[in-house]
Amino acid sequence: MSVRSYIVDDHDKKTFLLDREVLVSDEILRQEMAQIFGRCWIYVGHASELRKPGDFRSRKVAGRPVIFCRDQAGNIHCLFNTCRHRGAIVCTEREGNRRRFQCIYHGWTYGNDGRLVGVPGDDAYAGGLDKTAYGLRRPARFEEYRGFWFMCLDAGAPPLADYLAGARDYIDLVIDQSPSGQMEIISGVQEYDVAANWKLMVENSVDDYHLPSTHSTWLNFMANSGVKIEPPKDKSLVLPTHGKAVELGNGHFTTDNVNFRGRPVAKWIPLYGDAAKGEIDEIRKELVVRLGPERAQRVADTNRNLVIFPNLVINDGSSVTVRTFYPEGAGRMHVTAWALGPVEEGESARARRLDAFLTFYGPGGFATPDDVEALELVQQGLANWADDRWSEMSRGMGKEGDQLNSDEHHLRIFWRRWNELMGAQA
Amino acid sequence: MTVATPTVVTRAEIEDFLYHEAALLDDWKLAAWEALLTDDAAYYVPPNDHLESDHRSTLFLVADDRERIRQRIIRINDPNCHAEHPKSRTRRMISNVRILAVEGDLVTVAANFVCYRYRRYERIREYVGAYRHVLKRAGDTFRIKERRVLIDAHELGSLGSVSFIL
Repeated sequence: MSVRSYIVDDHDKKTFLLDREVLVSDEILRQEMAQIFGRCWIYVGHASELRKPGDFRSRKVAGRPVIFCRDQAGNIHCLFNTCRHRGAIVCTEREGNRRRFQCIYHGWTYGNDGRLVGVPGDDAYAGGLDKTAYGLRRPARFEEYRGFWFMCLDAGAPPLADYLAGARDYIDLVIDQSPSGQMEIISGVQEYDVAANWKLMVENSVDDYHLPSTHSTWLNFMANSGVKIEPPKDKSLVLPTHGKAVELGNGHFTTDNVNFRGRPVAKWIPLYGDAAKGEIDEIRKELVVRLGPERAQRVADTNRNLVIFPNLVINDGSSVTVRTFYPEGAGRMHVTAWALGPVEEGESARARRLDAFLTFYGPGGFATPDDVEALELVQQGLANWADDRWSEMSRGMGKEGDQLNSDEHHLRIFWRRWNELMGAQA
Repeated sequence: MTVATPTVVTRAEIEDFLYHEAALLDDWKLAAWEALLTDDAAYYVPPNDHLESDHRSTLFLVADDRERIRQRIIRINDPNCHAEHPKSRTRRMISNVRILAVEGDLVTVAANFVCYRYRRYERIREYVGAYRHVLKRAGDTFRIKERRVLIDAHELGSLGSVSFIL
């Protein structure tokens, strides 16, 4: 299928324009569900959410109700949360530990590996009911990379590890914060809607151009807390330190910034309080011993906002955020955000991590609500899309060498990939 | 003649105080609201999926100590706090006020609330839940030592954010 291009990608004029219809159209959303969410690897959950056999989480992934669970043998599954009999949700609890999921409607019962194990009155089926043919259905593919589990609805998709391409190195950098190489999802989930198209969250998660204008109150808060943030001396920079935008393949990309805002692992700032200095020094020492000085510096002194196409964001900055989001109509998205931390983290370090998370992130944070406001204002403004058709995204286009985090190079990577998967001719 | 500090706390006293607090918040009189706080006051909004949890080990929506509350007010008053500029209009209804415990000069109280929030071009947002305050007796009134807001919704969802003081 070949359709018109949704982008104007003009390398001669060094301009890049985006057709705003892609942010408002229900028809395009329908195509996205097939072409993007139906073909890409989509994040489901983290292995640390399922510690024991029988642990489960029920959630919606790209609009699909699923059960993310660990069976009695310890294997992790992703099952469609839909009874094979008449279609009801079979697991109604958000989380827990169960050997069996029983549909309340007619009592069909499934094991936590998805097998159908009980059908009331099954002698009524002529020739008997072949239970092996009626296990809970599941996505065509379900694979993990270092504890991050993804599903794919396309049986012919490349393996997850290949799909992730260069993003694997950046996931590794996050995981290197843990002495044993194990990170865990911390309890407490933030789930909130934004009245804006889901793709605007992709842009916002890595757009460092907006920080001074959208988040001046956060910058003031940091200054009030004793964190000196000097405006950049280099006039080409927007942020206080140098940062890059890096292409990682298959539509993935990341920012890669010299840290200026503190890191629980392991860069002290006055906001953490003097009492935290010793502990952060110890965390830093462990990194150097285990990883060597160069890698330790890489882990501890850079902030990275990583986008795994299409809708997983890992923000490794003042804390580690795992954030995913799905469309709920063209003009609305549902966001889920978790905090991630090393399994070994002590009580005081964990508390500091969570506090640092809230200084910036989440529905009650000092920055996220203003991001939400910005995205919602975009969506409201887009009501004029038919008469004001193009979004301007040419910033930094044609620049040689390293690309700046505050330019729009990485946003263009996303849109080019999206445009390609939608079957458009650029 | 001196008036002795009452040893008995009445629900009417608590109601008066909570209604006064609600009026200050609805009227955006944040300096007057801040004056109600003790020097060690804390403000918590636990996550919707773990209402009974500890902010040191669970990710909350809000977990402010006294200094962070001060910073939150500075932020909200700043016209560059875009999520609250122009300010939301809010209206709180408080009911089912109960005194749960009295220990020395500390009174733990519970109340139900509905907070209606309006912004331009937006549909109404209705925050429904329970307040749990720890109040400290201060003469014939109280100061707020801890303020915990438990939201009933299973997820924040269409409520979107907690960009004002709920």
